[in-house]
Amino acid sequence: MNADEKIAVAHLNVAFRKGAGYVPVVHDINFTIGAGETLALVGESGSGKSVTSLAIMKLLAEAPKTRIDGSAIVADRHGAPIDLVAMGEQQMRHVRGNRVAMIFQEPLTSLNPVHRVGDQIAEAIRFHESLSKADARARALALLEQVGIPEPVKRLDCYPHELSGGMRQRVMIAIALAMEPDVLIADEPTTALDVTVQAQILDLLRNLQKKNGMAILFITHNFGVVAEIADRVMVMYAGRIVEQGSVSQVLSSPRMPYTRGLLAAVPRFEQAGLAQGELGTIAGFVPDPSTPPSGCAFHPRCGYSIAGRCDQQAPVLEEIEMGHQLRCVRWRELATEQEGAR
Amino acid sequence: MKERPLIDVVGLKKYFPVRKTFLAHRRDRDDNLVRAVDGVDLSIARGEVLGLVGESGSGKSTLGRSLMMLDPPTEGHIVFDNVEITPFNDRLLKPYRKRMQMIFQDPYGSLNPRMSVGDILAMPLRFHNPELDAAGRREKAGQALETVGLAAQYLDRYPHEFSGGQRQRIGIARALTLEPEFIMADEPVSALDVSVQAQVLNLFARIRQQMNLTMLFVTHDLAVVGHIADRVAVMYLGRIVEIAPTRELFSHPRHPYTEALMSAIPMPEPGQRRQRIVLQGDIPSPISPPSGCAFRTRCPYVLPACAQDRPLLREVSAGHGVACIRDDLGLVSPLTAHPSPSASTTSLASTTSAYSLPSIANVRS
Repeated sequence: MNADEKIAVAHLNVAFRKGAGYVPVVHDINFTIGAGETLALVGESGSGKSVTSLAIMKLLAEAPKTRIDGSAIVADRHGAPIDLVAMGEQQMRHVRGNRVAMIFQEPLTSLNPVHRVGDQIAEAIRFHESLSKADARARALALLEQVGIPEPVKRLDCYPHELSGGMRQRVMIAIALAMEPDVLIADEPTTALDVTVQAQILDLLRNLQKKNGMAILFITHNFGVVAEIADRVMVMYAGRIVEQGSVSQVLSSPRMPYTRGLLAAVPRFEQAGLAQGELGTIAGFVPDPSTPPSGCAFHPRCGYSIAGRCDQQAPVLEEIEMGHQLRCVRWRELATEQEGAR
Repeated sequence: MKERPLIDVVGLKKYFPVRKTFLAHRRDRDDNLVRAVDGVDLSIARGEVLGLVGESGSGKSTLGRSLMMLDPPTEGHIVFDNVEITPFNDRLLKPYRKRMQMIFQDPYGSLNPRMSVGDILAMPLRFHNPELDAAGRREKAGQALETVGLAAQYLDRYPHEFSGGQRQRIGIARALTLEPEFIMADEPVSALDVSVQAQVLNLFARIRQQMNLTMLFVTHDLAVVGHIADRVAVMYLGRIVEIAPTRELFSHPRHPYTEALMSAIPMPEPGQRRQRIVLQGDIPSPISPPSGCAFRTRCPYVLPACAQDRPLLREVSAGHGVACIRDDLGLVSPLTAHPSPSASTTSLASTTSAYSLPSIANVRS
């Protein structure tokens, strides 16, 4: 791991036990996120985005129900590298929420409904640091202020149901940031929120990141949010990274047919109210991990697949320009075709 | 003569009593009402798709349900095809229920898991077309299923055997079996992945053409509304604050709330982080809405006068109504805040359209 990298994930594989064997659901994920950098992870439901993040956080069922290989290196308090994958649950409890924290989509279900939010934040602090109750409460208050909650003194004693969705997500962020983690994993944190509140939360995350330089892994299926918050993006399909690069590489010149299919499905805002014809769609479904298609996992749904190649050859992740990688055996031909079509 | 609208709503209000706490009971206070819909005038022309947008808590779903007479309004009039249906009881409403159908957001919660798809689709027919026998119902159910792009052989399957997008198609098919004139769709694509959402939106566009449907499309997603609606109404705290033909609304927003709502939408175009208007706080409580203009507490252009009277929806140009006392605002349209797609070669829109995705795009249509 380089000095400016906050997390380095290498050859991460996740398999779930099914009957006597294991079904691989996440294949060979590699990425690093630097200080102050945001990496977005996008894909349809069932593509393996959440499993990847839960595997890093060690929040999946333990072996033998799941099998996780590979490594996910972060730095401990003293800067020494530690591998989350190799870590036992006892050690992991001191790392989770401390060096690596996570926020989830539904803040109502991730907060405990029977405890006041101030106590929940204080608990997270006192778990990792020996601190008096009063000190922890003072820290909780400071955190609520930091995440932009109005009247924080009053809110400390509120129960989650008394807060709005945006406010609850701010409380979750406060808990996640309590120990100033190096890495924040945000799993669809704005999906359940209104656009106006989503804009507030994205602003908040950006500002906090600017201050503390944390690395963010941002899971979403909204390309608008990707363009808004991320520096780089990985597109995931059937448990594999199929395209990755800088946001402008992937969103402005997507090369993998799957990425292009996803982007064509988004209604174009600037075409609002004009006759637009049909939106692009992708036929079929994300394949069942226990019966993966041969060759390229996307070939049964791909409009460009060729029998004898796409269903035979499993594509590898190739670098097509600096920092832009994708998995498609036909990308060269398709790129030429596209150039010709222009 | 101009054709009368299919649906005409005048002064619609829907208040819900707040459950009193024990103490409030003792004090005998009964002024606690949630003013979910607080005076809405609206008409929908035959064959028109009206989009209704707003944040959670703005009252858009309640308005839709009231208009369908599912939650009869507290006050106001609903005229459906020249007949006022507001005073009708269930018996009188029955022939109208057949003509207006609903599609729900959650494709998991809205289908009975213990009924086969055939039974789900035949149920409305049993109520409304008693003259049909089982075979006739099955035939109609099969037709509805094919209209939404599913094979008739799925009639004997159960909801759990389908994906979210397929279930949403079944929900749409159920609404179509009675061949309604009006459909109210409450967030029908919000729970779906973007690729599936596109399929369902294409389906809506197609059935609308085929069946000359009139629709109220409730959603919080402005990009979706821009794609599907002819006209858009923006709702805030129980009132319509702006209404205009879709293109007009997007290119010339006149209400500060519309401007803020549009500027909050993240756009999939890298490197163009716009100056956004980030509204502070949340939508106020509909139990005690602010005096005057309900939006004034979050409005960046607020004047002292805004607290005085509730602004009425007034027409500023043909078909464009706005409830705001300020005429002097040059509000920013999201369309002009951006370079147009044709002007910029690096923008995504031009890239994807030049590529065109022939086979991917056509398979499911």
